[in-house]
Amino acid sequence: MADKKTAPDGPHEFGFETRAIHAGARPDAETGARVTPIHQNTSYVFESAEHAADLFNLQTFGFIYSRLTNPTVSVLEERLANLEGGRAAVCAASGHAAQFLTMFTLLEPGDSFIASKNLYGGSITQFGHSFKKLGWTCHFVDPTPEEFQRALAAHPGAKCIFLEALANPGGLVVDLEPVAEIAHAAGIPLIVDNTLATPYLLRPFDWGADIVVHSTTKFLSGHANSMGGAVIESGKFDWAASGKFPGMCTPDPAYHGLTFHETFGDFGFTMKARAVALRDFGPSMAPMNAFLTITGTETLALRMDRHVQNAQAVAEFLEGHPAVSWVSYAGLKSSPWHALAKKYLPKGAGAVFTFGLKGGYQAGIKCVETVDLFSHLANVGDTRSLIIHPASTTHRQLTEEQQIAAGAGPDVVRLSVGLETADDLIRDLDKALAG
Amino acid sequence: MNQPAEPLPLPLHYDDALVAGVLKNVRTIAMVGASPNWVRPSNFAMKYLLGKGYTVIPINPGHAGKEIWDQKVYAELGEVPGPIDMVDVFRASKDAGGIIDRAIELKDEKDIKVIWLQLGVRDDAAAARAEAAGITVIMDRCPKIEYGRLFGELGWCGVNSGVISAKRPMR
Repeated sequence: MADKKTAPDGPHEFGFETRAIHAGARPDAETGARVTPIHQNTSYVFESAEHAADLFNLQTFGFIYSRLTNPTVSVLEERLANLEGGRAAVCAASGHAAQFLTMFTLLEPGDSFIASKNLYGGSITQFGHSFKKLGWTCHFVDPTPEEFQRALAAHPGAKCIFLEALANPGGLVVDLEPVAEIAHAAGIPLIVDNTLATPYLLRPFDWGADIVVHSTTKFLSGHANSMGGAVIESGKFDWAASGKFPGMCTPDPAYHGLTFHETFGDFGFTMKARAVALRDFGPSMAPMNAFLTITGTETLALRMDRHVQNAQAVAEFLEGHPAVSWVSYAGLKSSPWHALAKKYLPKGAGAVFTFGLKGGYQAGIKCVETVDLFSHLANVGDTRSLIIHPASTTHRQLTEEQQIAAGAGPDVVRLSVGLETADDLIRDLDKALAG
Repeated sequence: MNQPAEPLPLPLHYDDALVAGVLKNVRTIAMVGASPNWVRPSNFAMKYLLGKGYTVIPINPGHAGKEIWDQKVYAELGEVPGPIDMVDVFRASKDAGGIIDRAIELKDEKDIKVIWLQLGVRDDAAAARAEAAGITVIMDRCPKIEYGRLFGELGWCGVNSGVISAKRPMR
């Protein structure tokens, strides 16, 4: 209801909650099955040799082999494209695979791109080290409009800007609107990782982003039972006018000279990501994982409202606790990102944030070992509340200086606040922080 | 930031019911600008529409008398024998007006009911002339993509069809 916009004389637009349940998932045409069936199946019988040829040439729509498309995965793809307000989506085996499909479709060997410094640590490693072996250079910057502008001036050949809108782990919020304008003035797309906000709290396309990526493993599936990723395109980036993406606008040798942007128009990027990157590298989403994620998305609005409500209560409790030196949650008035959160995340600043302990490294270890209800593990976006001490786990290979720069200094504890009773979570933390 | 010199025309909106009605009622399509080169979008669309049971007549003066997908190519609309339900234009926007005016001239002779301009092709003034003549006009859309979108196939490749319904799809 919150999202329903019905112009008096315009077409009816369904609300977010309705679309989260129905988009992409009409009853099964063959059987009438109401829940999307799990097509635990690899390959699809052709109607004729001609039909097979049409499918291989992308001249008709249909299924060949589940590495490319699968009817269960397709439902999730359409649903995510719909929820983000985008044109089309392709799912992948994980969020990392989604990032790979995106960059492989955009970049050539020798190309560079600009990324926020404030990313999930695994993304920093993927961009900074593994992508380098493919000939792609990532320039990391502080995620402010000024720094993105400066980086583009220094690296005018950069092919895209990549950032997390609501960043992991620090709870930082990026000012998306001016960054999108900076990217477009340079003729390049803005790519936003929207994993921590989800399309319920934030829709980056509304602020000018061109491509959204997700780890669906987190809040979208929501129950920590299935890996997955997704790439979604807005359909609004003009690849031809940009002139910087010959791979989208000139005949592709990997597809018999087909020109993706011209042939598929506003979903050409998604078609290329699927028909070339997914086809040739193979990180496709499993149908069972798609089914579990589809089920997760149906309750996304309800869950996110409660995640945010619980996170706010826990953050306020921690801010008033004598053992805590600081809390970095954009939902708190003390946060330097509070104003940006009010603009971009009016329904809440997510449920993943960090806080600092006056007792430093040892206090961090003691806290994660003393809690009973918070699970000590390396994930976010579960129904269960999660806790980790990055300096002794995910960031332990870094020097203390690097840890601090990454927002993972010795005193830092990260929470992903779940859906339990807020008072129980507060009691658990209070006990762990006691003397 | 850089502002475009002139404001872009507003995006076109067509009700799903209108587009679905056109695709259900039309049987014979004259495709102006159909290409014999199989990697061209027009060739894709022609093959697809033939597969869905439409009669598609290619119009291309450079290939008149030859065949595309076993269909005889004509040099221009006036040469097509028999009626044409819909003229589908695969030409640049600057060329669309002339084709639309020719279709208006032939409207009664060929029983032309719909003019469809492909993705990226748009001429608002010519469209207004055709509508004044009683012809339905759809611009900046692809009949292959719209067919796939409205009849459930486009979602198979992850495209947002915008269709929300708990009704069982009809086959």
